Amino acid sequence: MTGLQIAFLAIAAVTLASAVLVVSSRKIMHAALWLVLALGGIAALFATLEASFFAAVQVMVYIGAIAILIIFSVMLTRRVMEDTGPQNTRYWPAALVVSLGVFGGILFLFLQWPGFSVESRPGLEQGDLLVRFGQALVSPDEFVVPFEVASILLVAAMIGAMIIARDPSRK
Amino acid sequence: MIPLGWYLIFSALLFCVGLFGVLSRRNAIAILMGVELMLNAVNVNLLAFWRYLWAPKVDGQVFVAIVLVAAAAEVVVGLGLIISAYRRRNTVVADEMDMLKG
Amino acid sequence: MTPWYQDPVQFIAEWLRGVLLGWGMPPSGVELVLTVLGAGTIALLAMLWVVFLIWYERKLIGRIQDRFGPNRVGPWGIFQPIADMLKIFTKEYITPEGVDRVPYNLAPILAVASVLLIWAVIPFTMTVMGVNLNVGIVYIIASGGLGVLGIILAGWSSNNKYALLGGFRAVAQLVSYEVPMVVSLLIPVILAGSLGVNDIVMAQRIPYLLSAPVAALIFFITSMAETGRSPFDLTEAESEIVAGFNIEYSGLKFGMFYVAEFLHAFTVSLLFATLFLGGWRGPLAEQVPLLGFVYLVVKTFVVYFVVILFRGSLPRFRIDQMMDLNWKLLTPLALVSLVVSALVAKPLEEMPLAQTLALLVSNGIVLILFIEGTGKKVQRKREIVGKPRPLAVPHPEEQQPAQSTGG
Repeated sequence: MTGLQIAFLAIAAVTLASAVLVVSSRKIMHAALWLVLALGGIAALFATLEASFFAAVQVMVYIGAIAILIIFSVMLTRRVMEDTGPQNTRYWPAALVVSLGVFGGILFLFLQWPGFSVESRPGLEQGDLLVRFGQALVSPDEFVVPFEVASILLVAAMIGAMIIARDPSRK
Repeated sequence: MIPLGWYLIFSALLFCVGLFGVLSRRNAIAILMGVELMLNAVNVNLLAFWRYLWAPKVDGQVFVAIVLVAAAAEVVVGLGLIISAYRRRNTVVADEMDMLKG
Repeated sequence: MTPWYQDPVQFIAEWLRGVLLGWGMPPSGVELVLTVLGAGTIALLAMLWVVFLIWYERKLIGRIQDRFGPNRVGPWGIFQPIADMLKIFTKEYITPEGVDRVPYNLAPILAVASVLLIWAVIPFTMTVMGVNLNVGIVYIIASGGLGVLGIILAGWSSNNKYALLGGFRAVAQLVSYEVPMVVSLLIPVILAGSLGVNDIVMAQRIPYLLSAPVAALIFFITSMAETGRSPFDLTEAESEIVAGFNIEYSGLKFGMFYVAEFLHAFTVSLLFATLFLGGWRGPLAEQVPLLGFVYLVVKTFVVYFVVILFRGSLPRFRIDQMMDLNWKLLTPLALVSLVVSALVAKPLEEMPLAQTLALLVSNGIVLILFIEGTGKKVQRKREIVGKPRPLAVPHPEEQQPAQSTGG
């Protein structure tokens, strides 16, 4: 077992453990903080995949923006759900069964697929990769349309959020 | 080297944990957190497939970037809705947001 | 190879590598040891450097306010921070009732770590840098996000309403100011054509202060806001919310926040010097790497001096003014100047001098148009919220006896 494999297993274990705590911890604020740890672990996994750009973007977007927004709204709405009441619905065993079923299904499909045990990775030139990624996003032959659609989506989301979250009592 | 299968199993597990959160939580913000976990699992999967099967090309990375954008937009609108519902109904429990019920 | 006095750090690293290899260590192990040693050295030096920074800043602020500043311990009071440090080491840790222990203790560490992380990608000379990360700028912004997290944790876990208010303010301020900061950082990136910090320094034959003055201005203002010091110190406004997010911290835990603040102020000066003033570039810096370090330090101190002048001379913003400045002025200005810089820079890529000149002129035009066109409109009109009430006027009925007793 190489060092990289040990690192992967450690990161994956921490990430999964904190993901389980995200969905199971009683205090919603703690769940949000565990979410931060899980997202950080995923950023580390991106680094093991040699996608350093996405590792940094993961920390920047998910931890620096999304997790902080979530924590912020937890703090804003904290007085309603006192941390004493049940956090899960009555039907959580059914949810557990469904999740395990989905996992079993995915695993079944994966085990039948011959590419499952691929170990070798093609060579990669990091600096060159970033340049080509940037060019692919704006080149008309490749992904400029999805890129623009994504930017329109962001603008729409921004305007929508502003309209939704406006205080209705204020003009 | 890490086999591709490890990443796939990891992301499948993460996806199912997120799914469990979405299905079982009562707090709307917690449901959103479950959705985040699911989206991240998808991202791990996409990047792993890209790295092992597609690497010198960048197509897989573009997918990941689009997922990131979609996740950001989703969280912004989702939290906006939750805050707005909280203002009107004074609750963030998903079961109690039943104004449309006839 | 350059003689030792021109590039001492590389010299020591080479020597150490030779020694360790001589002991029969595998090359990957040697690299690991050198990396750990280098990271430890940079972190330690940065933390020790703060001792000097605190003295320097207190002395300077003292001069601004027509005082002497620290002047008791040692010549010019230079050992004052060391005395303070010893005091803070020996102070008691007080953990209030009802705090959330793990986040409460994690917050000061995150605050310092998020600043120290930035030092990993700054090129100190041509040859000495932590890592030449090809996504350095994204990394810097990401580590800023961790700092925000530290402040939220501190504010929330302290179980104190003033701390929570300070935390709220901090999030509102830091997250908002991140937007124009990121956009303004993109301008050096498009000019240099790389996200790597060292590549940006290498590309600055002419400092980017000249080709991107608007970006430099926005970066300067927003990074002042990110450090959370005056005039943007709403997060710890003593007169409004006592001390903000760090109110419940004592002893070394408070000291960590204190160190983080000073170090952050210096680090943004370092970043400004690196990204806009050419970093280690200067005459002969490529032949004698040590000289590059001297240039970097001099440039950083010029910026740091201005930062302290700002802190010493500007009053605190009100929270709505702070938000107005960000969303109505800095963000649109950053977006417009990004587009203008990209349009102007691209066709003149082959002629650096003409490019710089064109960028300078276009940036100036953008700035003037913005301030003339929107500056006045952005300013919120002063509203009279209540009639002026005269104070200490005696009630008409009580007036008579008051006079009689006075007489």
